[in-house]
Amino acid sequence: MVKKVIQKIRKAAISDPDFEVSTRQLPPRGPETKPMTPVDKDWIAIVAFTIIILAMPWWLQPLGAAYPDLMQKFAIYGIFALGFNLLFGLTGYLSFGHAAFLGVGSYAAVWSFKLFTMNIIPAVLFAMLVAGVLAVVIGFISLRRSGIYFSILTLALAQMCYNLAYSVLTPITNGETGLRVLRDDPRYLDAAFGTEHQGVLLGSLFGERMVGYPGFYLCAALLIIAFYIALRIMRSPYGMMLRAIKSNQNRMIYTGFNPRPYMLTIFIISGMYAGLAGALLAITDPLAGAERMQWTASGEVVLMTILGGAGTISGPILGAAIIKYFENIFSALNDSALASAFSFLPHSVQEFVVTILSPFVGEGWHLTLGLLFMVIVIFLPGGIMEGIRRTYRFLRGHGRGSKSQTDLQAAE
Amino acid sequence: MNNAVLHVSEVQKSFGGLRALTDIELQVEKGKTHAIIGPNGAGKSTLLNVCIGRLPPDSGTVTFDGHLITGRPPYEINQLGVARVFQTPEIFPDLSLLQNVMVPAFAKRDGTFRMSALSSLEKETDLRDEAEKLLEDVGLLQFYAKLASSLSRGDKRRLELAMCLIQHPKLLLLDEPTAGMSRHDTNRTIDLLKQIKERGMTKVIIEHDMHVVFSLADRISVLAQGKIIAEGTPDEVRGSPRVQEAYLGGAH
Ligand SMILES: Nc1ncnc2c1ncn2[C@@H]1O[C@H](COP(=O)(O)OP(=O)(O)OP(=O)(O)O)[C@@H](O)[C@H]1O
Ligand SMILES: [Mg+2]
Repeated sequence: MVKKVIQKIRKAAISDPDFEVSTRQLPPRGPETKPMTPVDKDWIAIVAFTIIILAMPWWLQPLGAAYPDLMQKFAIYGIFALGFNLLFGLTGYLSFGHAAFLGVGSYAAVWSFKLFTMNIIPAVLFAMLVAGVLAVVIGFISLRRSGIYFSILTLALAQMCYNLAYSVLTPITNGETGLRVLRDDPRYLDAAFGTEHQGVLLGSLFGERMVGYPGFYLCAALLIIAFYIALRIMRSPYGMMLRAIKSNQNRMIYTGFNPRPYMLTIFIISGMYAGLAGALLAITDPLAGAERMQWTASGEVVLMTILGGAGTISGPILGAAIIKYFENIFSALNDSALASAFSFLPHSVQEFVVTILSPFVGEGWHLTLGLLFMVIVIFLPGGIMEGIRRTYRFLRGHGRGSKSQTDLQAAE
Repeated sequence: MNNAVLHVSEVQKSFGGLRALTDIELQVEKGKTHAIIGPNGAGKSTLLNVCIGRLPPDSGTVTFDGHLITGRPPYEINQLGVARVFQTPEIFPDLSLLQNVMVPAFAKRDGTFRMSALSSLEKETDLRDEAEKLLEDVGLLQFYAKLASSLSRGDKRRLELAMCLIQHPKLLLLDEPTAGMSRHDTNRTIDLLKQIKERGMTKVIIEHDMHVVFSLADRISVLAQGKIIAEGTPDEVRGSPRVQEAYLGGAH
């Protein structure tokens, strides 16, 4: 079963349009060769991605992750990482404060539930709007610098948001208790339309409450849309300009481009992706707390993206899923689970193996993740996607590889 | 000279105690090729830096095509029609050759900023054709899909030339455009630059290779220690004893 999953992931990678990110090129034209153009490939990528996401309840079964609460986390953090990567992967600007947009998105969605309606559409739109406005402010300030100074500015501003949420802004954020939806909230729109709510208050779409599978499918659908838009951006002239800024900002300036509006717009788009993810967190669990905005959460999305592969389209989503998987499944493993997993070994060996492994599971899942991250950064700077790419090349044989090698040498 | 496209007037520039440019006067006539020669560290590149807005002059002005351009940001100066090939190639190493040439074409067509986030690059066939044409002109078409970082220094410079030419600039500034090139590629570049001249493009060219200078230049300015010590037609400059002494005789 695991093999099958790996195969599926591999297939996803093959159809990943950025699979050959470093050699990405426009296709040769002319009648003699008629290769697939990237446009065709994009459609294959989107269809394959849709199938993989919607089929998660089946193929995640053997990994013990096929329950809606976890799968929707994969999707939500996938959106978050996808948006983060639009900024970091395309332009190389490493924001260390993206959790601010996630948190603000959650607050905005809960406020939409409190003030307007339990319908999720206004909540999503409102959250993206508020996150976008915050991104204008943070982007305007921090994009005055690049490199490490940009990272530090975003970190400082996000920590400021976090601290404000606990202090001055408690009337809006409800401080440490967290903002929740209450029965006697006004909900003017619902009141105007005479919509009644029975039982626990939950975000709903046309009467369908967003818990369990409906919640998962909502997040999955939005992830697919987010993926499609990200793909279009990466493929557009605008996306090429962003890559060019990353590649050589000086050349950009002397070529007649003003990099500022390019950077600000992608920063806002990226912030709105985070706002959407924050809204979905609040929709599937209508409670917003400031801890979502803490710097650790900002760091997490950086890890997800680098682990999966910055600059690739599906890497960050994969990274998000892996980290959430570790956080939820690996952390729940304990010694008895390990013991039963190794019960095929002789008793003394089994005990030994369990003793060795137990620091790495349960509470120790951070340790495993840290080690994994270290290995990836040292051996595969391009993340897991690079690993998949290399494996794929290797499996296709060395013949092709050495040929392109000579091509390169001819160029020199 | 009312026909001057570029007019550098009384420009001074110091780096700390070093006077890199002193009272520079330079007028470049429309459609002409103006060469600037001089020993290493004379201030030639600094002069171009002032012209494209990379460095602000301490005093003095630069006027291009009737616009005062001192103090304006480099992208605006480029949009007015000034393009430059740098001494150390400034290209986009992580993009393919074709993309390298397409990016400046977008700047020319769309201006300093355009948010074309949902249109497809593949649909830009006109720009692509133009970019391929220019890659062919500089002899790099067969490598169009390669990453620019894989090119040799001379090839990078030819690529950068194509990137400038696709913008059809009114004024092209070339900082040692043939350095690092083989004799064959140098001759090819000279031919290309001659062709451009026929189309009426004004050029300022910095060059150490006298073969290149004398086959292209209409006028030559000689710069030494931040001062223009001679200016004139190639024959006048060649005959000037001061130049012989300061530059031609010494280094070459
Ligand atoms: N940004 C800078 N900061 C400090 N000093 C500089 C700077 N740019 C140039 N210089 C100095 O100014 C002087 C002129 O430099 P410039 O690069 O203009 O010379 P050049 O004529 O182009 O020489 P070459 O033929 O070697 O390219 C040199 O002494 C150089 O060290
Ligand atoms: Mg120089």
